[in-house]
Amino acid sequence: MTDTPMDAKGKSRGASRRDFLRTAGLAAGGAALGAGAGRAATPDPLITEVQPWASFLGEGVDATPYGMPIHFEDHVVRRNVEWLTADPIASINFTPIHALDGTITPQGCAFERHHSGAIELSKEDYRLMITGLVEKPLIFTFGDLLRMPRIQRTFFCECAANSGMEWGGAQLNAAQFTHGMIHNMEYTGVSLRTLLNEAGVKPEGSWIYVEGADASSNGRSIPMEKALDDCMIAFFANGEALRMEHGYPVRLVVPGWEGNLWVKWLRRIGVHDAPIYSREETSKYTDLMPDGRAREFTWAMHAKSVITSPSPQMPIGHGPGPMVITGLAWSGLGKIARVDVSLDGGVNWQTARLAGEPGDKALTRFYVDHVWDGKPMYLQSRAIDETGYVQPTKEQLRAIRGVNSIYHNNGIQTWYVNESGEAENVEVS
Amino acid sequence: MSKCRKLITTTALMGVIGVLPAFADTLGLGRLALPEEIAAWDVAVMPDGRGLPEGAGNVFDGEDLWIDYCAVCHGDFAEGAGVWPPIVGGRGTLTADRPLKTVESYWPYLSTVWDYVNRSMPFGAAQTLETDEVYAITAYILYSAGLVDDDYELTHENFTENRLPNEGGFYFDDRAEVEFPIFTQEPCMSDCGAPVSISARATTLNVTPDFPIIRNLYTEDLIGNGAADAAAEEVIEDASAQPEAEAGEAETQMASLDPELVAAGEAAWRQCRTCHQIGDGARNGTGPQLNDIVGKMAAQVDGFRYSPAFVDAGESGVIWDEATLDAFLENPAGMIPRNRMSFRGVRSADERAALIAYMKSYTN
Repeated sequence: MTDTPMDAKGKSRGASRRDFLRTAGLAAGGAALGAGAGRAATPDPLITEVQPWASFLGEGVDATPYGMPIHFEDHVVRRNVEWLTADPIASINFTPIHALDGTITPQGCAFERHHSGAIELSKEDYRLMITGLVEKPLIFTFGDLLRMPRIQRTFFCECAANSGMEWGGAQLNAAQFTHGMIHNMEYTGVSLRTLLNEAGVKPEGSWIYVEGADASSNGRSIPMEKALDDCMIAFFANGEALRMEHGYPVRLVVPGWEGNLWVKWLRRIGVHDAPIYSREETSKYTDLMPDGRAREFTWAMHAKSVITSPSPQMPIGHGPGPMVITGLAWSGLGKIARVDVSLDGGVNWQTARLAGEPGDKALTRFYVDHVWDGKPMYLQSRAIDETGYVQPTKEQLRAIRGVNSIYHNNGIQTWYVNESGEAENVEVS
Repeated sequence: MSKCRKLITTTALMGVIGVLPAFADTLGLGRLALPEEIAAWDVAVMPDGRGLPEGAGNVFDGEDLWIDYCAVCHGDFAEGAGVWPPIVGGRGTLTADRPLKTVESYWPYLSTVWDYVNRSMPFGAAQTLETDEVYAITAYILYSAGLVDDDYELTHENFTENRLPNEGGFYFDDRAEVEFPIFTQEPCMSDCGAPVSISARATTLNVTPDFPIIRNLYTEDLIGNGAADAAAEEVIEDASAQPEAEAGEAETQMASLDPELVAAGEAAWRQCRTCHQIGDGARNGTGPQLNDIVGKMAAQVDGFRYSPAFVDAGESGVIWDEATLDAFLENPAGMIPRNRMSFRGVRSADERAALIAYMKSYTN
């Protein structure tokens, strides 16, 4: 059983097959709904004939010292939206969330955001400096960091601009593009508390300022309370070294807070008595409100969810009958408590099944085991976190924030699924 | 790198940089940062002026620097160029349908401008400006925003006298107070409103990049017709055949070039790719795309808007051969004065030769 990628508009890639599927699906669907398993007219040659892989030999253990996904999966990749930014070096791409399941995002397809490109910085050339209002300004090598008490935590990292293109209305027709500025990894590293304790924070040190080693530096101010709470520096993600594009060899992890704070190639932690008001926390990552003023320091990512399948890239290909509706939910304020799913655009809701024990500030997978009747659906999901925060509708958000705040759009997403099972990004009223 | 490590090891042995003693409540790892090291990295500037180094720069010098280093992306008058951001203008637009957020209309503090120019600009050549140059460019931005006169000199002493128009336009995140009371109400589960209809659809805008649609194989698909799958796979194979043919052509071209030199050129291309694209699908960006550039007359890449200086060079008969490319790469501003390529040049002759070989590999 292989996934078969096709062109979005059904051009060059297998239009005939797509038409066939639609016809066959509708014709056979009725039978599947009623009587269960169907009956084949002829035996399946994949079963009755000996296949090459069942007779000849496969690859040896020396063929692939570090493996990539099998080529059938080569459509499960990060994609970018060219018109979004001036240059791909200062830009963003999107995680193929529609094609993944579980909660951990493989590093190789986890979204990237760079402000001056992804840099090559070796462990040997790596230095971390702690300066400012500390008893002892310190410098660590990468090796020094490996000698400190190590911790492991799993967190989501979401760009503040995730879904930012949807403020003015439904714009991008794919879950990857509307919600793909997110990933979720298991990090191994050192608590920021441990590091700051080494330097000794002076009583007046109420903020830290974190910077990267790349040309952009991407400096951000973080209050000391958060720094000492659950922030960490990470050198492993999902059990292996960070990938270059995720900040090799060391990145900052700021659980539940916007991705821009998660400085990659972390090279300096300054301790200060006030925020720096860097470019990334004034001209960007501030939220313009309808009265012309702007919210600053809007760090936390509030509860949000999205159905990843069905979605525009993952239509229902089989006609009426049993199917799985699945998606992701998360909250920067804590654990997901509940996810509701609506099939009729928010008129009626049912509570989804959570796939595992929800983690603190981590992605939670949800499922609805549904028997589709073949009629159109307006699919929505709504996350509720342990603080009681309920994911709002886009209209609720716009009523307060207008449409020009760019960041922190956690409104409820609607996919319209038509009789053919094709899904589309819409808004409903 | 190894030299650097040796230095640290040696000085540590000499006791100049001692390994820290292990305190009861610390691990005692790392070493003390030296003043020179702190000065090199701790360069952030705060709104009250803390962190500013001594220095000065005036609007007049700032304009020259701006034309050389900034105008290619941000326009001669900081009004922006192409898809790159404008730096001034937009006052009074923050409540408009399309707000224009610039230093003049939006940024709260001048310290942010100084800090960002100093630390991260010009794009692709960060941390190459002298302190006085950063003051001068900041002064030119103030002038372009209509905030100072053309004879103004900005210094570390008068810096904080300059206030930006939107300083009072920000307030601390109040979502907890304003939004949580609304968004923590018990949600409705059934009959929550009238049946819905579509009010907006993404497909009407048609701005989504192409993507493959994932379709799985179901038993229903197979009943009565097992041939469909094989047909689909053939179509996919056809689609992937074309790039292989193109790769073959490229190899023919490469045969006459030293592969090692081309590889070295590809590595050196890092410094060019901020502005120039080359290879399959290369398009004009900040600079022109450079496929087939070798042998071409200057300023002749289709669709690129060259500076007057470059157009003049083309009209005077400059042709991009090895000699002219070498001269230009060594000193862009020396060979074609007042051109807009904000790049200081490649000092190493070997690196220039490698870059030229690399460009040749994309020339038919």
